[in-house]
Amino acid sequence: MFSRDIWKEIFETIQKNKLRTFLSGFTVALGILIFVVLFGFGNGLINTFNEFFSNDATNVFMVFRGRTTMPYKGYKANRTVEFDNSDLEDVEKNFPLFLEYLSPRITRQDTVSYKNESNSYSNWGVGPAHQYAEMNIIMKGRYINVMDIKNKTKNAVIGRLVEQDLFGSKNAVGKYIDVGGSSFKVIGVFQDDGGDNEERNIFVPYTTMQLIEKNTDKIDAMVIGFKPEIGYAGAMAFEKSLDKFIREKKYIHPQDRNGIFIRNVADQLRQNQQFARVLQIIVGFVAFGTIIAGIIGISNIMVFVVKERTKELGIRKALGATPKSVIGTILLESVFITTVSGFIGMLLGVGILSSMGERLEDFFITNPYIDMPMAIIATVVLIIFGGIAGYVPARRAARIKPIVALRDE
Amino acid sequence: MIEINNLHKSYKMGANSLHVLKGLNFSIKEGELVAIMGSSGSGKSTLLNILGMLDEADSGEYTLDGVPIKNLNETKAAKYRNKFLGFIFQSFNLINYKSAMENVALPLYYQKVPRKQREEKAIKYLSQVGLKEWAHHLPNELSGGQKQRVAIARAMAAEPKVLLADEPTGALDSKTSYEVMDLIQKINDDGNTILVVTHEEDIAHMCKRIVHLKDGVIVEDKKVDQVRASQYV
Repeated sequence: MFSRDIWKEIFETIQKNKLRTFLSGFTVALGILIFVVLFGFGNGLINTFNEFFSNDATNVFMVFRGRTTMPYKGYKANRTVEFDNSDLEDVEKNFPLFLEYLSPRITRQDTVSYKNESNSYSNWGVGPAHQYAEMNIIMKGRYINVMDIKNKTKNAVIGRLVEQDLFGSKNAVGKYIDVGGSSFKVIGVFQDDGGDNEERNIFVPYTTMQLIEKNTDKIDAMVIGFKPEIGYAGAMAFEKSLDKFIREKKYIHPQDRNGIFIRNVADQLRQNQQFARVLQIIVGFVAFGTIIAGIIGISNIMVFVVKERTKELGIRKALGATPKSVIGTILLESVFITTVSGFIGMLLGVGILSSMGERLEDFFITNPYIDMPMAIIATVVLIIFGGIAGYVPARRAARIKPIVALRDE
Repeated sequence: MIEINNLHKSYKMGANSLHVLKGLNFSIKEGELVAIMGSSGSGKSTLLNILGMLDEADSGEYTLDGVPIKNLNETKAAKYRNKFLGFIFQSFNLINYKSAMENVALPLYYQKVPRKQREEKAIKYLSQVGLKEWAHHLPNELSGGQKQRVAIARAMAAEPKVLLADEPTGALDSKTSYEVMDLIQKINDDGNTILVVTHEEDIAHMCKRIVHLKDGVIVEDKKVDQVRASQYV
């Protein structure tokens, strides 16, 4: 089976029937190529979904306030719900079993300047725990701490890009910046995986911000971190009772969708992961279909090849070719062509995927890839089926009486 | 060399059965040059196909070089064909993507002769049929007569016991036909046994013995004085 003579015979046949070889090779290569690329895109989609959430902690609720749309307990509809510092204390007091950390958030947009440089940034009044929810990484200096909150210090933590914008290459820590008309001391610089926007934030103690704004005690939102060990079901239960608690306290109708809004990152993450998985199944299904189409393609070509060679096979049999050698030659030829072109298609596909890299991020495909074992398995499957597809007509050809084959014009 | 005894063959054509060979008996000795004649439908090609193990008889005995040919499976038939027989066809049946030399070497490939020896032998037989210079040409670059000579070289290459020629001159003009017959006669002069199926009288008379077939039976079996083809060339 592996003698040099047989291979030489096969190479000669391949060489002298270029169109036939090209057609069958092309089908296989294209099938594998499309499979690899599609599968890689599927993985890219999942990467994108995972990346959306990797830059924030997933054990976090964000509680936002809104405007009621239903009258309830004597209160009219269209009332603005307000949060204040007492709400923080109440939540802390009532949910000690679930709560890991808690931070208010007051969101403002302010002009921030240092010497001649000035720009508009999101300026958030927060507590120390906010760092965990946003997963900010302190590059230098420190984050806002309990003493800042207690003493209402005029300290600010700025994003990496804020430092870059205002200070260029100089160190911002210890310098004073002007935030919306008040002077703040930069105590730390952070970075964030969430992209440029998240690094153009500045954080100040929420108590300081309240003091500046006429000593109010209002806050915009609550960021609540729950203990990861309560699990998904625990988080759902926590969300439900938290929702109920706040609605009761603020007199909001239980069915009112606009009074408050709790964003459950864990739940969203789960839903999105499920969505991504469904997408991958669909993509995988299409890719699988491509492989099937490739198998059908190669089968068709093999039937055609054997038909075309009927007379030649008859001549060979008249000259002493045994059925075994007829089948062997056809099979080896087809397996050889599928193997070579299959791996060419696979390598091309992998090459295309890795050359895509970042270019498809606008289409939600990040870093598309296929695991090598997966690609190789698909290729081998196609080769095996190509072989089977070749075997059936080859066996039939080997059975044809040479006299019948010779009559075939 | 060849013994056949009460050979029958019929073909099924739908509901009807066509009895083509109706109990043939004859024998051919080594070194004979026999013409099998008959009009179309007389069964001469069927007889040749059975002798060539390309087809099987329904009943009767067939012995080739002392070996009874029966119960052949495809593999065995292929081995016997390769060992005992050389074929020359009316339509040459060369493999069109192989050069003349490769075509001649093909039976040797199935005898598992090493490549180098195959090529040497192929060249030897090609020069015997006067086509040494054409060894590396493809069949479609050759004339009809040249193609048939390549086919004869191929049939000779395996050094078979018997050469079977099915209308070897059927596709050729008379001048080329005589050239081919001249070659066949020379091969016979070297002691090879040759069977020629033909329906042309002049070709038949270039053999040493004529067997006449009609409606599946032998009506005449006579020795003739051989007409040498070389006088026409």
